[in-house]
Amino acid sequence: MQDEPTAVELTKAVADFLRNDIAPMISGHNAFKLRVAINALELVGRQLTLAEGGDAAEADRLAKLLGTPGSLLEQNRVLAQRVARGEFDLATPGLAQHLWQTTLAKLAVDQPNYSSYKRELGREKK
Amino acid sequence: MIEQELTRCVASFYPGATGVAGAAKLSGGASQETWSFDILHPRGSYGAILRRAPGGYGAAPTRAAGLAAEARLMQIAHDAGLPSPEVMHVLRPEDALGTGFIMARVEGETIARRILRGEQFARARAILARQLGKVAAGIHRLPRGELPDLREMSTTKEISELEREYHGFNWPRPVFELALRWLRDHDPGPSQEVTLVHGDFRHGNLVIGPDGLRAVLDWELAHLGDPMEDLGWICVNSWRFGEIDKPVGGFGSLEELFAGYEEGGRKADPARVKFWEVMGTLRWGVMCCGMMQRFRSGPDHSMERAMIGRRASETEIDLLRLLAPRGD
Repeated sequence: MQDEPTAVELTKAVADFLRNDIAPMISGHNAFKLRVAINALELVGRQLTLAEGGDAAEADRLAKLLGTPGSLLEQNRVLAQRVARGEFDLATPGLAQHLWQTTLAKLAVDQPNYSSYKRELGREKK
Repeated sequence: MIEQELTRCVASFYPGATGVAGAAKLSGGASQETWSFDILHPRGSYGAILRRAPGGYGAAPTRAAGLAAEARLMQIAHDAGLPSPEVMHVLRPEDALGTGFIMARVEGETIARRILRGEQFARARAILARQLGKVAAGIHRLPRGELPDLREMSTTKEISELEREYHGFNWPRPVFELALRWLRDHDPGPSQEVTLVHGDFRHGNLVIGPDGLRAVLDWELAHLGDPMEDLGWICVNSWRFGEIDKPVGGFGSLEELFAGYEEGGRKADPARVKFWEVMGTLRWGVMCCGMMQRFRSGPDHSMERAMIGRRASETEIDLLRLLAPRGD
């Protein structure tokens, strides 16, 4: 077991430091890069928080959809192949829902402020 | 520094120039190096832009038109009265600045968020979709005979290229596979006419002032092909920057874009535009994955490229919204 503070707490502390103490001192292209750096740290924080649950749910859906167990990467390869061959399409029961859930879970980590994600999230909450 | 080389170079084509000042690398344009500087002259200074090969990276080499072709296209567009900066000088080996060219600097804004939110652009936003339609028509009407050598693309060829690039990443993306299937199943076939296509007609490459469009930049991806590609590309949600209900660059409607296109003497094909919007969404997704690959294999380990890699999922949700929309 690793000790405290957690990785999430550490990345947040670094992001806060960069945003509050360093960003005001920097301008030009480096200010832009600093914003990208802060975004990256925040993305890592979201991934540390959300990925475990999201991956488990995705693995469950994939096992049902494909009928076989396997690692997430293997399962996604099989699914991609079946879609490519036309064996699976949007009429396949559960496929569209799986792709939607998986994509929403990615966006929750990658870019929770993205317009399409916010629009679709609003739909879920209705 | 670069100002020394620029000073020598400028003296060769700008009579009376006494030097250069304020050379600064611009952050925009991820695939080529762009510098802004002022040419000093007793009559006053003149704003200029240097565009040159970055030494290694750029658009996929099979796609890039090359800087010489880019300079030529900008000059042709300028001469035809389209909003395009004047090309002042094409770099020669003795300039010691690499390959590329120097053009007049057009003042204005290229950052989408400022254009879409800024009060000073309110009037421009109201007319931009129409204006872009008209300018696109002008680009598509440039006479084929004057154009430099360019690759020729078609819907079918573009699908194959995207598929090949995506497979090269060796990372499974079921949503991309779904999109590739859809594109093959809905491929409208060869365009009735083949014209010059700008290839990257979107925010970032459009200089906007309070009065509207001032210049179209970055002809790096120009090619011959289906003119509807340019109209579909400007509608990709990634270029709406949050203004999700305004399909044209986050500022306008398809009707306005098409009306402007007609005003420019050409007719839009809405079904093909839609097809190219799906293609464009996948294309930007593949480009994001390409950034990730260059981040991993390239020597500069760019954090920006790494983060763009994580934007591929944005195109996945947009593809699902286009191909598998959920009920209201």
